[in-house]
Parts: sequence; structure tokens; C-alpha cells
Amino acid sequence: MTRRIVNGVQMPSWPMRGFKGLVLLVFCAAVIIPFVAVISTSIAPNKQVTDSGGLVLLPRSVDLGAYQSLFAGGVVTQALFVSIFVTVIGTLLSLTASCLLAYSLARPGFTAGRPILLVVLFSMLFSPGIIPTYLVVKGAGLLDSIWALIVPTMVSAFNVIVLRAFFANLPGEITESARIDGAGELKTFAYIVLPLSKAVLSVIGLFYAVGYWNAFFSALLYLNDSKLWPLQLVLRTYVINDTQLGSAELGTEQLPPQSSIQMAILVVSIVPILLVYPFLQRHFAKGVLTGAVKG
Amino acid sequence: MLQGTKAKPQQQLSLGQRLFRDRVLLLFALPGTALIVAFHYVPLLGNVIAFKDYQPFLGINGSDWAGWANFSVIFTGDPAFLQALKNTLILTTLQSVFVFPAPILLALLLNSLFSERIKRIAQSILYLPHFMSWVIVVALFQQMLGGSGLLNNYLRSHDLATLDIIGNSELFHVLLTSQIIWKDTGWATILFLAALSQIDSQLYEAASVDGASRMRQLWHVTMPGLRGIIILLFILRLGDSLTVGFEQIILQQAAVGRDVSEVLDTYVYNNGVIGGAWGVAAAVGLVKGIVGVVLVLAANKVAHIFGEQGVYSR
Repeated sequence: MTRRIVNGVQMPSWPMRGFKGLVLLVFCAAVIIPFVAVISTSIAPNKQVTDSGGLVLLPRSVDLGAYQSLFAGGVVTQALFVSIFVTVIGTLLSLTASCLLAYSLARPGFTAGRPILLVVLFSMLFSPGIIPTYLVVKGAGLLDSIWALIVPTMVSAFNVIVLRAFFANLPGEITESARIDGAGELKTFAYIVLPLSKAVLSVIGLFYAVGYWNAFFSALLYLNDSKLWPLQLVLRTYVINDTQLGSAELGTEQLPPQSSIQMAILVVSIVPILLVYPFLQRHFAKGVLTGAVKG
Repeated sequence: MLQGTKAKPQQQLSLGQRLFRDRVLLLFALPGTALIVAFHYVPLLGNVIAFKDYQPFLGINGSDWAGWANFSVIFTGDPAFLQALKNTLILTTLQSVFVFPAPILLALLLNSLFSERIKRIAQSILYLPHFMSWVIVVALFQQMLGGSGLLNNYLRSHDLATLDIIGNSELFHVLLTSQIIWKDTGWATILFLAALSQIDSQLYEAASVDGASRMRQLWHVTMPGLRGIIILLFILRLGDSLTVGFEQIILQQAAVGRDVSEVLDTYVYNNGVIGGAWGVAAAVGLVKGIVGVVLVLAANKVAHIFGEQGVYSR
């Protein structure tokens, strides 16, 4: 992909190149350093953390005590299960509902296709507002239920449009031949269309998964019962608001320094994203741009 | 294109027959459509409580009509509302001036790099913060710049004066703006980089042969190539101009107080869900929503007058 020759005639001057390098370096450092400090502090030995008065940039040795306390079965373990459940189940449901809808909209000659497409597109023009949405969730009986974190955000109109554009661009001959061989809509969709759409499915799946994993406000709004709290709410309570995490909350007598535990909670909420990130990164541009091409 | 092969051409079938023929597709479309209707369109009906004296135990139908009473905070200029409006306008201005151009500049910088390898590495690093939740971003900023954060610990251990950044109400708007820049600038370059890669490199060569300096090329070749996407994104930004970062602010509101941190969205939340003034909150939310839609439509109109495509054509 190096065919783009930016200004093949003139090379920029050295001071200019130095300046650009510096700006880029500063920007990248500003992104990386916080992550390094957080991970380092979470694995640094207790004494180093206490001596430094908070954060550590380079751990002297590795001490996983903070993680042992977190996973001892207290509030954080509980919240982790909630977050994993919401993310996995939510993403599966989101992908299923969005793909089915997008596939039907991508089929030319689908009788109700046009009005449904307008319903989807028009919903992107406005956001319904906090209070009215709250009343609908309440009316649906979802308050204080884990499903309140999934159902209201299950289908994103934007993602449906991206998927539709991708499905519509698949070569028609392939689905055609499937149909001649006697495959119905469901078979064509499941065995022909989906396997051809892995790239876009992984990007849209990532968008949904990150959305569920990161959801904070819906939990704050809809859940009073702290047993149902996802990781993000635990993070707010014990890291941002600095509420003390004692042995009662952690379910263990072993108490590393508070900042080690706080940083370990942060790491637990960051790592899943860091893990999937490299695999999906190459599809980003494609996934984002498919939707931009045509609606 | 996916092609349907059906025995009869469409015109010969009645609507009912065609719907029956497409029953499987209708079934496919049902769950997604139902969810969009339920959580995007049905809430619009809920806005009716803006005109009611809503009491949760009475329900929407049981509550009395209140006419325009709930809107009085807007029309008579309730001080708390005006403060929220003022903060919203300050923040949206800061965002338009500093947050909006940042990815354009960064994309130009990335695009001008000669090494594809460095460019790719920088992109992987810079896209990452976009995937972090606001809770994580706020926590990271606290840990870096807070009273006992990395920066101040360093300054303290070297006997330098510490910096009071987090929890300082005077710097709060600047802090919010820099958090958005940190989180989303990298990711936002994607669209601009895509537009830049569409520009024909022959244009640069031709301009260069004609003696155009690099600045001239930037102005006469690069900027026209970016104009469409810049205008499009600016229109979308304008429609969102009264939405200035809800989660981000809610998370940090306790530390700096409401005077500097209350914006329209937090006003709706704090008065409605927390304070129980449902009708007033819904009224403010409704007006905000309508203003947003009007802004998008108006901006699109202006774009059409100037011969640009805008969000939708016609």
C-alpha cells in the first residue's frame, strides 16, 4: 500500500522533519506513559509503591499480590463476571440482530426494505434524551436487571448501515448460485454471506464489545443493586472517588497498598481491550469507511 | 448486488402476496427494527411528560397536564439553567476551536511521514485511547496529574512546586478539552487519512513543477481534497454542539462543584433522575434535542447553498 507518493519532488528540510518527529513523539508518549505507569504500579512490590507515594514507572520486581486480592471473590471478582457476561452475551445478540436486519435491507426487492431503511436512518438524526429513555427502560421492567445494560443499546443504527453497505457489495452471483442450488434465505445468509464478511463482522463486533465493556452511564442510571455493578462502576467508586477497599469488600485478609489495588482494577478493565486490539486493528479503516461510502 | 430470482415479476403480486413471499426477510428484520423503534422512537412519546406534572407513582397518564409550566426555567432564565447553558456554550466553543482541528493537523503530520513503518506504529498507539471508557480516561488523568499523581510526585521529590490541575475549578474546562483531545484525536484521523490517500499524487507533482512551495501545495492541493469531509464532520459536530461530554463530566463533577461543571445534559440528569423534577428535566432535554435537529438541518442547508454535499443530498 505504498503507492501514495507524497510530494516525490521535494524533501522537507531537516528542522521541519525534526519538529514533526518531536510532535509525534510527545503525542505517543502522552498516550503510552499512563498505561505503563498503571501496569507497573499494579505489579510493583508493596514497599516500592508505599515509598514512591503512589505511582511507579519501573517495578523493581514483580508482585502479583494485588491481583490475588482482587480475584479472591469480593466486589471486583463479582463485577468482572457481570462485565464479561454483558460483553459476551450482548455482543452476540447485537451481532445477530444487526446482521439479520442489515441482510434483509441489503436484499433488493425486499418489499418492506425501503420503509425499514428510513426508520433506521432517521433514528440517527436525533437522540431520544435521558429522561424519556429512562422511562421506557423502566416501563419495560428492566430497572435493576442486568438486561438493562444490553437491551437498550443492542442495535446501533450506524452499525446496521455499515453492515448493509458491506453485504450489498458482495458479488450477487455467489448468493444467486446458492439460491439456484436450493438454499433458502437463512442458509444463504449463514453459509454464504456471513463467512464472506469476517472482516466487517470483526470490526462491528469489536465496536459492540467495547461499547458493552465500557458502558458506565447505563449502569449508573438503571442499576441500584451494587451486586449487579459492572467493572466500570467499581472503577469509579474505588479509583476515581477513592473509596477505601477493605477486606470486607475484597473478601480476603491480604491487603496490598491501596494504589496497587486501584491500579490492578484499572489493568483488569484495560487488558481485555489491549488483547483484542492487535487482531482487529488491520480491519479498522475498512470497517469505518464502508459505512461512509454509501448509506 | 444480491439478486432475487422469483418466478413472477413484482408488479403482478399484491402487497399482501409480496409480504408473504418475503416473510423470512421480514422475520430477519423484525428484532433489530423493533429494538430501534422501542429505544429511539417510543422515547419520543415519553417527551409528553415535559408538558405534565409528572409523578412516578401516578404514571404518565395519571399525572396532571402542566401546559408550558415546565418550560418556565428556560423562558424566565432560571440561574441554574443559565449557568448550565453558559458552561455548555463555553465547552462547545473550546471543542470547536481546539478539538475539531486537532485530528486534521495530526492526519497531515502522519500523511507527510516518509516511513510507512513509523506511520503504522504511531497509528496503532494513537488509536488506542479511543477504546478506553471515560471512567478509565478520567482515572488515568487523575493518576498522572492529580495531587498525588505521577507528575506531582516527581515534582515533590525534586523539591519543585506542585501543580494543582485535577479538582481545580478554574482549569476544569481546559482539563475537559484536553481529555477529549487525548482520547479521540488519534482515532478521528482515520477519516482524514482516507481522504488524503484519495488525492492524486500527480497534482502534487504538477504543483511542484509549477514552482509551488510546500505551503502552497498544502493550500491548493491538500486542503481542497479535505474540504468535503471537513464540512461534513463540521455539520455533524454542529448538530451535537449542545452535547459536550456527559459521562466525562458526571465523573468529575463532585471534585469541582456544579458552578463550572453543570452542562445541559447533567442539568437534565441531576434535576430529573436525581432531583425528581422530571417534567422540568424533560422540558430542557426536549428543547435541547429540537435545537440539535434544527442545527443539523440548518447547517446542511448552508452547505448546499455553498455547493457542498452535506450529510444528505438534495
